[in-house]
Amino acid sequence: MNIAGPDFIKGLAFLGAGLAMGLGAIGPGVGEGFAAGKACEAIGRKPEEAGLLTRTMLVGQAVSESTGIYSLVVALLLLFVV
Amino acid sequence: MLNTATYISASSFLGAALAIGFGAIGAAVGEGYAAGLANQALSFRPEKSGDVLKNMLVGQAIAESAAIFALVVAILLLFSTPQPKTVLIAWAAIGAGLSMGLSAIGSGVGAGLPAGSACVGIVRQPQNANKVLTTMLIGSAVCQTPAIFGMVIAFLLLFLDFSNMPVYPGWAALLGAGLATGLAAGGPGVGNGLTSREAVTGVARNPEAGTETNRVMLIGLSVGQSTAIYGFLISLLLVFTGLEKSTSLSDSFRLLGAGLSSGFGGIGPGVGLGVVAAYACKWVARRPEATGILTRTMLVGMAVTESTSIYALIVALLLVIVF
Repeated sequence: MNIAGPDFIKGLAFLGAGLAMGLGAIGPGVGEGFAAGKACEAIGRKPEEAGLLTRTMLVGQAVSESTGIYSLVVALLLLFVV
Repeated sequence: MLNTATYISASSFLGAALAIGFGAIGAAVGEGYAAGLANQALSFRPEKSGDVLKNMLVGQAIAESAAIFALVVAILLLFSTPQPKTVLIAWAAIGAGLSMGLSAIGSGVGAGLPAGSACVGIVRQPQNANKVLTTMLIGSAVCQTPAIFGMVIAFLLLFLDFSNMPVYPGWAALLGAGLATGLAAGGPGVGNGLTSREAVTGVARNPEAGTETNRVMLIGLSVGQSTAIYGFLISLLLVFTGLEKSTSLSDSFRLLGAGLSSGFGGIGPGVGLGVVAAYACKWVARRPEATGILTRTMLVGMAVTESTSIYALIVALLLVIVF
């Protein structure tokens, strides 16, 4: 295998993009699932508060999503900018 | 200097070890969980030992199947002697071992969870034993799906003819295919197990809501599979996309990166989706009149939880198709 400098950088940037997005998706996935699960539990206890609970769930999930979006941004930077 | 046949047999042995080494983890943990809860159940009501033992053994047998898939793939890798046409067969053997071994972890753990809660359930409410057993069997069986995806990819890697695929970057495509399905299957396996566990407990508490609980469980289980399906999709793309010969490092690493992205990306959302559906099943069983609002909230929550695995899928597709 014949490796030149720019090719080496490009190759590791691709590998890094995959790792950034892949590993970065683990935490938000578990966290958002927990938030939604507890929202289901709360709606089961008090179905009449479903609107408030769904809204709170979505706000909480949006915040928990943020690290996943950071990973996506870094992965896209590695793919298209580096 | 080593020849192609030597590389192939050495890699087949490594692949066999990876398949059964990783593959044995999950089933053992799941079966141990089932046995532990069976003992806990018997401490409440020792006179039910016959029913509990039967239920524990059925549940453990289903959890065992993930490890048996891994054993089959390991034995195939040990004893098949392919024609040494291309060194890619060696990479395919490692990919097959990773795909089968890693995917069996989640399914083995997952299938054990409903078996354990079923043992407790039939002791608490012996008159509902049949309904509990039915829900347990459905849940444990669906938990095996990610391991079956892993086995399909392992068989494809073992039996396809790669003599027309260029060695560079083909090696990375085959390794990436194994990693994508193997890693991504871990999350949904565990997630499905969490969902089925709560559904089994719910049916045992309130068998009148059995129909609603089973329905919500099946919706939750099928949506929970989606991240394993993304990994499976990327594996199929990596195996079947026509590759151009290229000795540059970036062409190899983009394919490996695609496998790692969709593979790791499936783990977290897979577990998270299972947690959402678990709480929904728990509360549908307690309050079947709120099934509508609970199902709706579950699906909205699952859609948001899914998002990071979709980002991972997009990054993987960009790496495979665009670059």
